[in-house]
Amino acid sequence: MFDERYKLAFKAYPYERSADQDASIPVRHPVVVMGGGPIGVATALDLGRQGIPVVVLDDHEGVGMGSRAICFAKRSLEIADRYGCAQPMLDKGVVWNLGKVFHDDRKVFEFNLLPEDGHKFPAFINMQQPYFEQFMIDEVRALQAQGAPIEIRGKNRVESVDVKDDHTVLNILTPDGPYTIEADWLIGCDGANSPLRSMMGLDFKGRVFQDSFLIADIRMINDSFPTERWFWFDPPFKSAGASTLLHKQPDDVWRVDFQIGWDVDRVEELKEDNIRARLDAMLGPDVEYELVWSSIYTFQCMRMDKFRHGHVIFAGDAAHQVSPFGARGANSGMQDVDNLGWKLGLVIAGKAPEALLDSYDRERIHGADENISNSTRSTDFITPKSETSRLFRDAVLHLSEKYEFARPLVNSGRLSVPCVYDGSPLNSEDGLPGGPLRTRPGAPCPDAPFQSGYLLDHLGDEFVLLGINTSVPSQLEDGGVAVKGFSVSAADDTAGHIAGRYLGDADTAVYLIRPDQHVALRMTKFDEATVRAGLRRALAKEVD
Amino acid sequence: MSALNLKPNIDGPDDFYEDLLAIHEGKSKDESDAINARLVLILANHIGDRDVLKAALEAAVA
Ligand SMILES: Cc1cc2nc3c(=O)[nH]c(=O)nc-3n(C[C@H](O)[C@H](O)[C@H](O)COP(=O)(O)OP(=O)(O)OC[C@H]3O[C@@H](n4cnc5c(N)ncnc54)[C@H](O)[C@@H]3O)c2cc1C
Repeated sequence: MFDERYKLAFKAYPYERSADQDASIPVRHPVVVMGGGPIGVATALDLGRQGIPVVVLDDHEGVGMGSRAICFAKRSLEIADRYGCAQPMLDKGVVWNLGKVFHDDRKVFEFNLLPEDGHKFPAFINMQQPYFEQFMIDEVRALQAQGAPIEIRGKNRVESVDVKDDHTVLNILTPDGPYTIEADWLIGCDGANSPLRSMMGLDFKGRVFQDSFLIADIRMINDSFPTERWFWFDPPFKSAGASTLLHKQPDDVWRVDFQIGWDVDRVEELKEDNIRARLDAMLGPDVEYELVWSSIYTFQCMRMDKFRHGHVIFAGDAAHQVSPFGARGANSGMQDVDNLGWKLGLVIAGKAPEALLDSYDRERIHGADENISNSTRSTDFITPKSETSRLFRDAVLHLSEKYEFARPLVNSGRLSVPCVYDGSPLNSEDGLPGGPLRTRPGAPCPDAPFQSGYLLDHLGDEFVLLGINTSVPSQLEDGGVAVKGFSVSAADDTAGHIAGRYLGDADTAVYLIRPDQHVALRMTKFDEATVRAGLRRALAKEVD
Repeated sequence: MSALNLKPNIDGPDDFYEDLLAIHEGKSKDESDAINARLVLILANHIGDRDVLKAALEAAVA
């Protein structure tokens, strides 16, 4: 009855019988999250922190064993920090900055991520996905201990749903048999193969790539591979694959990815001897290592037409799937949650119209399309699909060895950066002449040193009015939504990061910042009417 | 924004054409194709202007 589709790394939420299973009429919950992967758990954190009761249903009892994601981007860490659980990630993760690109037996060039100064978090950390998930679950437990209304129910498999206009009926199977609950809002975080999508008969469209990759996570003590990202096009160890990636993870584990072609015999390829043959070709015959995890994946770039279907909302892989190049899967899912959490919170609290949720659809589809476009481009470069495409790819690699100009064309994965919600209906017109492009309305606020910590520590969770070199009221309220205001003097940041990132050529600036740390509005000086109109616009309320 | 120049612009057209053929002399089809691909990239980078490049891509296909 309960077939496990995968082994667990951590048994984080063992099955427990819930009172709902004995209720004579189905219990109604404000929010039910289907799927307890990273995106479902993050959703629970976001809502639970706002005091909104949320029930997560997962068909397993914890975090899956397969490592899958390894690269977590700065933005994901910033979001996790808002939820209170970034520090253990930072402590566990491996920070890397240097990447090397090889073509055949030659190193064609190397790049440095050159992380900008004055940020709390590095551009990236590498860490096995189970840790990322477990640290968020630990935070759920800490919040529960403080009374946060979050529940995670393991071995609760959603078998069918009956979607109504303003709620959904869920039929759930447990080891004790079936039961039924209802949800005002259902969030579908049930992964790329989303059963919910199928139950609702919704499309998932895009492109499947005709190639497969063999992943091997190996444990080895080896100082000859530094903490860098190494990528081979047409590696000299021919039997290894058409391209290969080597990347360091914590616990002396290395991720190796071999591009092995489309028509492969999966069972045969996954035999340990065959995996070892590829690894030995790459590492040399005398290197000792232990095989931790292996898998073959094919990939696709797909998304749903719409992420919001009335009172059912999709997030993470269920809503969109990208190829792993560029590490945009979990990282973009975290941005979905960041975007959805405050909107759903305000709608449930009756402080914003349901129309606000349509902006989730709009903004995150924009984000998904950006991710899909980026990872499609990387995929086309890494696995050229026509003779001409390969000809140009090889020409770029050839030239990049000698000439700097060709290096930006080399695409072994454009690493995930957060999406700017250009054109979003929540944005007000840019009212800061000379202001930096990177902090235009719709952009995520870049971090900067502030007092003894960082600026982002003071932004998020609620609307914030930030004055730079000019004063703003410390408190403002409109239609039940509170705005917290504070001012900073750019001169206090002697390195000039606040000025560079928020003022540009302007002398003063006022920013209205959304609970997800994205800019809603900016202007030179505080003007109450403009701020109120901007706030109402950011809440999808009528603006006259 | 500058426009794509489709008027004669090369000083000594016959000389240039000879030079162009010369780099392909004695090369196999595959080698020549690779050289051409590199040449396209080198010239494209030199032009840089995306509008001009777009117009050139269109002119080549038309
Ligand atoms: C090889 C590989 C490498 C990757 N590398 C990266 C990377 O470096 N960086 C990055 O950001 N991303 C990466 N990704 C993507 C990342 O792993 C996914 O984007 C991420 O796991 C998506 O999280 P999710 O919560 O949306 O879905 P999932 O992690 O798939 O979770 C879905 C959950 O729903 C549960 N579920 C399913 N059906 C039901 C049901 N009927 N009832 C109840 N529960 C159900 C499942 O058991 C599961 O727990 C990689 C992926 C792969 C395959």
